[in-house]
Formats: sequence, structure tokens, C-alpha cells
Amino acid sequence: MNELASSLADLLTQYSLLTAFTLVGLLTLLAEFLSRTCTSGRIHPSALAIALGLLLALVAGWLTGGKKGVADLPMLAGTGLLGGAMLRDLAIVATACSVRAEEFLRSGLWGLLSLALGLGTSFTIGGLIAWCSGYRDAVSVTTIAAGAATYIVGPVTGTALGADSEVLALSVAAGLVKAVVVMLATPVLADSMQLNSPRAAMIFGGLLGTNSGVMAGLAATNPRLVPYAAMTATFYTGLGCLIGPSLVYLIVRLLLPVTGS
Amino acid sequence: MVIYGTALLATCLLLGSILGRSIGWLIGLDSDLGGVGIAMLLLIGSLSLLRKRQWLPAATESGIQYWSLLYVPIVVAMTASQNVIGALAGGLTAAAAGFIPVAACFLLTRLLVRCSSPEQTP
Repeated sequence: MNELASSLADLLTQYSLLTAFTLVGLLTLLAEFLSRTCTSGRIHPSALAIALGLLLALVAGWLTGGKKGVADLPMLAGTGLLGGAMLRDLAIVATACSVRAEEFLRSGLWGLLSLALGLGTSFTIGGLIAWCSGYRDAVSVTTIAAGAATYIVGPVTGTALGADSEVLALSVAAGLVKAVVVMLATPVLADSMQLNSPRAAMIFGGLLGTNSGVMAGLAATNPRLVPYAAMTATFYTGLGCLIGPSLVYLIVRLLLPVTGS
Repeated sequence: MVIYGTALLATCLLLGSILGRSIGWLIGLDSDLGGVGIAMLLLIGSLSLLRKRQWLPAATESGIQYWSLLYVPIVVAMTASQNVIGALAGGLTAAAAGFIPVAACFLLTRLLVRCSSPEQTP
């Protein structure tokens, strides 16, 4: 009996991608059931599935002490592959097959404007919060400010500037909080933001920028709009990594006396 | 054939990522500058070209469609493999630095969307 159990567990580990498909299918089924019975359809099943996913990641992180949520459990390692950068990017690009090219061109300027505004806002507020938390050196302030952009911009900027590992971890944490907040808040606030046209989605993607947050948030709101938001959001992290260690650092250094760096 | 669609999709993503990384490298940056966005433009461009010449049978298109329909499940898998503990471990500074800019950007989204209402073209 024990042998059978362990060989079944081996099978689930060996075929971990299939296990991941099954897990996500079950999560979606549960989400659809909860959406229909507990919220009488008011909360979108995808939003619930995403919230359930985060909850599972929390429990798994607590159990394993790892950084990859349920993917740290050997049996569910396939979830990391299914939800990893490669297949995620493949699916995002695939959504572009339903895009109307002229809409991109017509809203291109709004997309650029929102990118500039979004990066500016996140860096400014992030920097102010770092300052209020007692950080006074330009490197730390810039790194935490970059974390407020995305959890990739933070460590890239911090590494380029040679920030302390504690500050690096803080910037990653800030970016993660941002992603989670966007995932959960977007479906709730979509109506009040009039997030219902391709142009609005491009603006939203450029302002918020956090890829995972924007994509999960919109998936639960209106999947048709995903490619438009993805188009601008995908440039956010790249631009953030570009201006973080250069322009933003210079500005912060002008505004702060350089201490301890 | 379905594989033509999936192969086209994969090629676009690979080319886009290569271009994104090359641009990053050119400006002295060890990161991808908009590779996914470039890949999307490549796919949109090549699809419209193929459609015009009527070289896009339904089977080929379904090789792309399948992946775009898998998008939401993939996002669920992504959220289930996030470092949620890491987000909580950052304490109050991380919570504030993550939350307040989001609130501000949500407000800005509302504002910009209003300003850009479809009647006026920018």
C-alpha cells in the first residue's frame, strides 16, 4: 500500500506539468463554484481563481520556506513552469492575435504619456516613502523607489548601484506588494476607472506597469483588453531598469546629500 | 497545420526577446527592453500580412488561439508560484512603497481615461 502511494507520488512529480494543469483546472472549477454560490456571480471566477492562487502560494511559502509558492513542492513544480516567464510570455504574445493594429497606432501617444507618468509617479512616491522610513543615502532611496516601480526594476537598479542586501530585499518586497495589490484591486475598481476600451487598457498598463499584476488584474476583468495593456506594461520594466540607475539616481543625489555610499 | 501557428508564435517571441535584449545590451543594460512588446508587434504584423494573402487557414490560426485561451490558467499558475511571504516580510515600508503608488496610479488611470475619451483623437 505504501509502495503504491509513493509510486503515485513519483508519477505526479515526474509528470509535474500535467499535475499543474490539473491543479489549475481544479482551482478554476472551485473558483467558478464559489463565484456562483457565494457571490451570485458578482465576483468574476478568474479573480477568485487568482486570489485562491495567491492564498495557496502563501500557505506553500509558509510550509516550505521557499520563494516560488506552490512550485517549491516537488509534486507541484510544474506550476512554476506553467506560470513561469516562458509560457506566460508565449500566452501574452498569443493574445495579440485578436488585436486591431489601428487601435495601437491611434492610442500610441496616450500609451507613451502613461508610461512616463506611471514611472514618474512610482519613483517619486517610492522615494518619498523611503525617505520617510529613515533612509537618507541616495543609493538606498533610489533602490526602494525602483522597487515601487516593479520587483524587477528594484533589484536591477540596486545591484547596479551596489545597494545593501537588506535594501534590495525591501525593494523586491515593495514590488511584490504592488503586484499583489494590482491583481486583487483591478477587477474591483475596473468600472470606476472606466477600464473598458483598448485605449483605457493601454493607459492602465503604462501607468501600473507591473507585468504580473496588470495581466492577472485584467484577466479577471476583461481578457479581451489584455494585449493592449500588455503592450505598454512590457516596456515599463525595461524603461524603469534604464532610468533607475541613471536619471533617477542622479536626481535623488541632487536632492539628498550622499551619505554612506 | 496547427504547428505552423504555434511555430510562428514561438518564432515571434524568440525574435522579440533577442531584439529586446540586443537593444538593452546596446545601451549598456543587462535586461530585456520590451521584448514581449516587440514580439506582439511582429505577430500582429505577420498575421495581417498572411491574412491579406489568404495564407492563414483556420488550423494554423488555432495553433495561436489555443495559447491565447490558455492565458488565464497560466496567470493562475503564475500567482500560485509568487513569493507572497516575501511581500509580507518587507514590513511597513514595503507595504507603503507597494501600495501608495498603486493607489495614485489607479487615480491617474481614471483621470487619463477620462481625458482620452474616444471623441477626441490625440
